[in-house]
Amino acid sequence: MDSVSRRKFLKIGGASVVLSAATQSALGRVEELAKTKSSKGLEKIPTFCDICFWKCGAIAYVEDGKLWKVEGNPLDPLSRGRLCPRGTGGIGAHYDPDRLKYPLMRKSVRGEERWNQVTWDEALTFIADKMKKIKNDYGPEAMALFSHGIGGNFIKHLFKAYGSANIGAPSFAQCRGPRDVGFNLTFGEDVASPERTDIKNAQCLVLIGSHLGENMHNTQVQEFSDALANGVSLIVVDPRVSVAAGKAKYYLPIKPGADMALLLAWMQVLVTERLYNKPYVEKYGFGFDNFAAEILPYSPEWAYPETGIEPEVIRATAREMARYQPATLIHPGRHVTWYGDDAQRSRAIALLNALMGNWGVKGGFYYPVSMDVPSYPYPEYPHSDKPKVDNPDNKFPFAHEVNTNGIRKATISGEPYPVKGWFVYATNLIHALPDEQETIRAIQNLDLLVVIDVIPAEIAGWADVVLPEAVYLERHDDLNVEWFREPFISLRQPVVEAPHDQKPNWWIAKKLADKLDLGHYFPWKDIEEYLEHRLNAAGLSYGQLKKEGIIRGEKQPIYFAEGVPDVFPTPSGKIEFYSLQLAEAGFDPVPKYTQPAPPPAGFFRLLYGRAPVHSFSRTQSNRVLMDMIGENEVWINQDIANRYGLKSGDFIRLKNQDGVISNRIKVKATERIRTDCVYMIHGFGHNSRMLKFAYQKGASDAQLITRYKTDPLMGGTAMNVNFVTFELEA
Amino acid sequence: MNELTTTRHNELIDPIVHVWGWEIPVYLFLGGLVAGMMIIAGYFFIKGRDEGHECVCYQVPLIGLFLLSLGMLALFLDLEHKAYVWRVYTTFKIKSPMSWGSWILLLVYPALLVNFLLNVPAWIGDRLAFLKIWSQKILAIKNIKRHVGKVNLVLGIMLGIYTGILLSSLGARPLWNSAILGVLFLVSGLSTASALVHMIARDRAESEMLARADNLFLTIELFVFALFFIALLSSTEVQIQSAMLLLTGPFAAVFWVFVILMGILIPLFIQNLSVSHRIKHTPVAPIMVIVGGFVLRLVLVQAGQYSHYLNAHFLK
Amino acid sequence: MARFAMVIDTKKCVGCMDCVVACKAENKVPEGFNRDWITTEARGKFPTVQMEIRTERCNHCGNPPCVHCCPTGASHVHDLGGVVLVYHDLCIGCKACLASCPYDARFIHPEGYADKCTFCIHRVEKGQDPACVSVCPTHCMYFGDLEDVHSMVSRLLAERKWYAIAPEAGTDPQLFYLV
Repeated sequence: MDSVSRRKFLKIGGASVVLSAATQSALGRVEELAKTKSSKGLEKIPTFCDICFWKCGAIAYVEDGKLWKVEGNPLDPLSRGRLCPRGTGGIGAHYDPDRLKYPLMRKSVRGEERWNQVTWDEALTFIADKMKKIKNDYGPEAMALFSHGIGGNFIKHLFKAYGSANIGAPSFAQCRGPRDVGFNLTFGEDVASPERTDIKNAQCLVLIGSHLGENMHNTQVQEFSDALANGVSLIVVDPRVSVAAGKAKYYLPIKPGADMALLLAWMQVLVTERLYNKPYVEKYGFGFDNFAAEILPYSPEWAYPETGIEPEVIRATAREMARYQPATLIHPGRHVTWYGDDAQRSRAIALLNALMGNWGVKGGFYYPVSMDVPSYPYPEYPHSDKPKVDNPDNKFPFAHEVNTNGIRKATISGEPYPVKGWFVYATNLIHALPDEQETIRAIQNLDLLVVIDVIPAEIAGWADVVLPEAVYLERHDDLNVEWFREPFISLRQPVVEAPHDQKPNWWIAKKLADKLDLGHYFPWKDIEEYLEHRLNAAGLSYGQLKKEGIIRGEKQPIYFAEGVPDVFPTPSGKIEFYSLQLAEAGFDPVPKYTQPAPPPAGFFRLLYGRAPVHSFSRTQSNRVLMDMIGENEVWINQDIANRYGLKSGDFIRLKNQDGVISNRIKVKATERIRTDCVYMIHGFGHNSRMLKFAYQKGASDAQLITRYKTDPLMGGTAMNVNFVTFELEA
Repeated sequence: MNELTTTRHNELIDPIVHVWGWEIPVYLFLGGLVAGMMIIAGYFFIKGRDEGHECVCYQVPLIGLFLLSLGMLALFLDLEHKAYVWRVYTTFKIKSPMSWGSWILLLVYPALLVNFLLNVPAWIGDRLAFLKIWSQKILAIKNIKRHVGKVNLVLGIMLGIYTGILLSSLGARPLWNSAILGVLFLVSGLSTASALVHMIARDRAESEMLARADNLFLTIELFVFALFFIALLSSTEVQIQSAMLLLTGPFAAVFWVFVILMGILIPLFIQNLSVSHRIKHTPVAPIMVIVGGFVLRLVLVQAGQYSHYLNAHFLK
Repeated sequence: MARFAMVIDTKKCVGCMDCVVACKAENKVPEGFNRDWITTEARGKFPTVQMEIRTERCNHCGNPPCVHCCPTGASHVHDLGGVVLVYHDLCIGCKACLASCPYDARFIHPEGYADKCTFCIHRVEKGQDPACVSVCPTHCMYFGDLEDVHSMVSRLLAERKWYAIAPEAGTDPQLFYLV
């Protein structure tokens, strides 16, 4: 059957799973058809989740060949047998009626979302030809890849084989990058993901803007709950009475942007009252005296007008932290690109933790461990003379990953060299990067934009070619060799077949490699051969992994007390209270406070965060999750709402400082937020017409984030620097 | 300040309960009306005064059969699982007023039919001759009219009270949670039935007799209302709040204007004038009473659904 | 005899709705309907706000008005554990049970019958916890037998302060909230 009649067939038939299987059999996949037909009764197939990127072990239940439900895998140390709501709702990704179904090629100008449905061969040939031409005209570095999650591994491998190292993810410069830089500068290691925070053993937990419970990273929330059950002394700093704040012993309703002032004042109290962990600091600290001298001026009285937190509360909470040290954990957060001083603020958090003496200590930060599984023995990647494109002249000396916004900038300017092609894998750059117009300007400079995704997010609307990927329940991915409290590996394997013409990323990468004459970089026949090879090399059983989904290794020490060597890979080999490398690079060796610009009159600072049932802008077409939260609301302080005559449920639009107006959004008039800011859940407000169900449900904070401040240390984009006012005529 | 948010969004339940629309009030109204008719007819039969009260004793049962069928149709339209409606007659649930009602209705039909057969109107009897034969057979039974009267009276009272108890047994709705509702609906049924006969009876004396009766029922209804509200207002916070829904809240305008003023006070005034022959009898007052009787069911069903234990629980 | 009950620790619940999603998946609850849900209460004036988050569902009352009012016996108390259930093929969809429930825990399934939480009796009878309990990432939910004084639910109710929702409705609710 040729592809045109196949498409027709699917259209007529409504493209059920059975039909899709039938057409696939016509394409020569008889054995898989047989498998589908024979699958009567209940099957339980282990895999791991992909609704966020935490990679929780899951078990999918397939009833008569139809996906029923997904539960946690009890063997999995991350989920401990309990998935978060997104994982539980993962079935919605498979059944999503708006998901990408066939390869698409643009048939009019970019962004119009007018498409020709094409075959995989047509799509991949087109891409390969373009990539060859770009390589020929500009060199392989002119291709850049944006990739998020483990699914992108084979595409990354393809890019390296092709000759480009311009591979970035918004998870660095738009999310956790500043945190990892701040901790690297202090401890010589970063916080990683899953975070190495020992929440469950903490006796005092400090959350600064972290909204655990609304932010549903599974292990973190489970440990948070453990800590609550153990009676942890919880201190929450947030302009909003978050779920966590509702459980706090101390809730500090901080003025947005003043976190650094609070951190400095806390440290000042700990140092001047000599409450910090003296033996630990003496043993491991470098430059403590200089540090102590620098923070001396930052008294609670000084911090009061900045933060709005009474000096007595600052003192009381500092003493509370000291009381439980070293089992006091100041959570480093995750999405920390807020005000432009983010790497330094994260460093202040690192230093506060250092004062507690909790690094490498129970209740603080543990040392993650992993199993030793060799990578696949690929041929060596081609060498490039050109540096990565995102950070010319090493302007951001402490960026240790590629800055997506750096690639975007280079794509617009052509400096330090042209970028002519983008691959975007599983990340909606339109919602992830600040200032969508800048992203669109960059896209207009491209010769090729390829989007590989499971849903037609906004970025897909701008693509030249859209490649539909099978969702995680329908595909294999690379082996997950996790770094965690205990070593383990986990397997993602298909539990049902892709319902339409979606393909797994490994297949896409391998096919494209063939067309790019890079087939020798993909020497394996299929991914199972690849996986089996890697497991065999590690002396592990692929059969066992397929059956159980998880293989756990021997427990290993994770604290200094258990035998982890107490070395810090910093220049001084110690915890750097005073950072010479920062000083040498022209930055503050000890963090300093810069006052954020206040909102203009009549404007409110725009804050955003997570919902427990959504991941970024990737889950608003998942009907199960949309049944939980189907649109976002803008949280407005009750008094402010009264002043504007607004009540909960009213629709308004938000207008930012640059005149950008949002979609309609419901008001949540509440006592749970300060009067100088508003808050909304990130990810809603889709304007991609292909996302029929999610289209224009709620508003997008990303659309209103037209301004950003760049972190001078690492180039991250701080986004809590936008202000909005209300358009009442919605 | 208490902010309450819930993630529930069930149809007919959220944000407030509205499981019953117009159908149940129509059914309750017509059921009450028929109950009233039966009781009044029963009274005259027992008293042996069916002659002179032809309308109430012989015309009304036929109308009753028709109205009751309409009410049953409304009830049926409200069912969500219609194909299973026969299930009510596979069991009897002693604690369920709905079950009681189903069985009472099953008895009311033959009773009305027998009543009707006591005096088959010529325009029907001429067309369906077998009815005349049945009629003769029934009339041959000794004391049949007294028996019919007793059955009418008992079933009428049961039916009338049941329409109120149906609501008052649903304990989750504080407004309904009052046994007085049974009496209220019974009296209202008597009043609307009297109004109907007052309006349609050709015999002046019968019409006037029923107008007087209606005035009595309307007066009693006012007292029952007072009792109903005093009971609620002297009870717990949730009951007070539920009473306020009718007295001052979102349903107050409809309640005061259509139920109390136009449904009771004004017709009472008009009918008092007409029975004392100061003005002519017109259908205006009885129509107001009948409309008021329907609005009473409507507003009580709607406001009752609005009333809630948890509102009080949350609004503290 | 057993008396099944649920104990929910409001100190731990974060309102993530995993219980709701799990219920919907387990029981194939149609889109747009909920057998369980999250309620959030916030009292006070910023920044002094008291919050409580809890998961709610049918209380499987000891004195269930929905069973009393049912004309066909579709709503009934199950033999095991006092669980209130509905026979779908006995239900006529009269909605008296919906109106009688102080918790508004019932709804009309698109197929026409009254539907609600079953305490996942199909799982419980196999010795498993209800889907909502077994998925909860905060472990804030406990399911068990109150007749058994050694059960977790009995012990929690003995050790901790708790309340039930709207006990004044007089239905003897069997969901208990730890505070």
